[in-house]
Amino acid sequence: MSYAAHVRAHLRKDLRLEWRSKDAINGMLFFSLLIVVVFALAFDPTAYPTIARQISGGLMCVAVLFAAMTALNQSWARETQNGVLDAHRLGPAPLSALFVGKAMANFILMTAVELALSLVFVLFYNLHPLGETWKLLLILPLGTWALVVNGTFFAALSLRTRNRETLLPLVLLPVSLPALLAMIQATTAVLTGEFEPALWLKLLVAYDVVFTTVCVLLFDTILTAD
Amino acid sequence: MSEQSTSRAGRGGWGLLWLALTLAVLAVGFYKAMTAPTEATMGNLYRVFFYHFPHTILSFVFPYLNCGASLLYLFWRGRDQNRALKADAFALASAELTVLYASVGLATGMLWGRAAWGIWWTWDARLTTYLLLWLLYVSYLLLRQFSAMGQTAMVSAVLAIFAAVDIPICYMSIRWWRTQHPAPVFGGGADSGIDPGMYAAVWWNLAGWAMWGAFVLGLRYAIERRRQRQSEADALGFLSEAPEAR
Repeated sequence: MSYAAHVRAHLRKDLRLEWRSKDAINGMLFFSLLIVVVFALAFDPTAYPTIARQISGGLMCVAVLFAAMTALNQSWARETQNGVLDAHRLGPAPLSALFVGKAMANFILMTAVELALSLVFVLFYNLHPLGETWKLLLILPLGTWALVVNGTFFAALSLRTRNRETLLPLVLLPVSLPALLAMIQATTAVLTGEFEPALWLKLLVAYDVVFTTVCVLLFDTILTAD
Repeated sequence: MSEQSTSRAGRGGWGLLWLALTLAVLAVGFYKAMTAPTEATMGNLYRVFFYHFPHTILSFVFPYLNCGASLLYLFWRGRDQNRALKADAFALASAELTVLYASVGLATGMLWGRAAWGIWWTWDARLTTYLLLWLLYVSYLLLRQFSAMGQTAMVSAVLAIFAAVDIPICYMSIRWWRTQHPAPVFGGGADSGIDPGMYAAVWWNLAGWAMWGAFVLGLRYAIERRRQRQSEADALGFLSEAPEAR
């Protein structure tokens, strides 16, 4: 089997597990919806459309990030039951294929949550973007991948720790801050139409390339440690 | 055994000598800082700069020592256990020094900002980057505290590499952020140029705090090595004890 075939197998397995249980997606969807509603109570988005445009980008990224943290730990918890992780370590397949497959599965789930959330913003926040909306089709996947690749990696890392539920946000947030900043700035640029998101897109691409490489290279180390 | 203890005593002697030298340099630095010419607009207030500057500069040096030690740890992990443990002790010491120096840098900067600008904090490029540096290494220390027994060195070495890769990206992104949304540019700092009469104070303090950093680093390293030997001895003791005796 080639590397791509291994990645596909892991991706299919993760998506099938999620399709049957729907734990992660339901939790993430409802949690992010709650965040958006709670923030709408803090300020009235329909009465102040300019403010809504300025902060919706940031709000959506933060909602997605927080929702992801609830699900990322779960995605590895499945692998720890019945010694599945040990089986992976014994198997001849490259371990990083497991990581890439799982990161892609998480990416697909998060993208689904973002699509649902953007509908919520259009409906409940009465949001009318002033910039070129099609650019969001580049910004959101790049930003989501940046959060997911580090998130999946650190969730695997925190398998090695005691209270892992607490630990994941504490290590994931500081490392992801540049990506989060770039994603928020680029989304805000599109929503308000006041400046160009090109620079932030470049930063996201650079961040994705650098951290995907680091994650893939170091994944063997964290999984085979004993 | 006696050979080892004499070598340790020898190291202690060198350490005391180094400490005495450091304190002397710091004393000269203090004298120079207090007798440097008074600054034109800020008066005596600016003298905190002589403490702020060395701490901030040095807190960008320790993270790379930390990253280097972590890479060495990962390299030696499967090959030479003793060297790997040394690298891990050094990584821990340098991370703690990063947090210590960055905390002092933040605190002196905030005191200065409050007195000079009237505010404790502003989200300008340099301050934000610096805060992110501090956050990264606090998260590193938290990870060390939370990690499971025997896994600490490996997980923290991996995070150290992430943190070191993140620092330049942080630095660039925040600079871009702040050039797109211009904030008021505050004066001060080394870039705006200083009176030649102040150079002596700057260099003496930089040297003094670098020596102090090296001393604390060495001390922390020695303590961590002692703790590692202690836990190794404990583990061996448990292994050699007969099961029925426990």
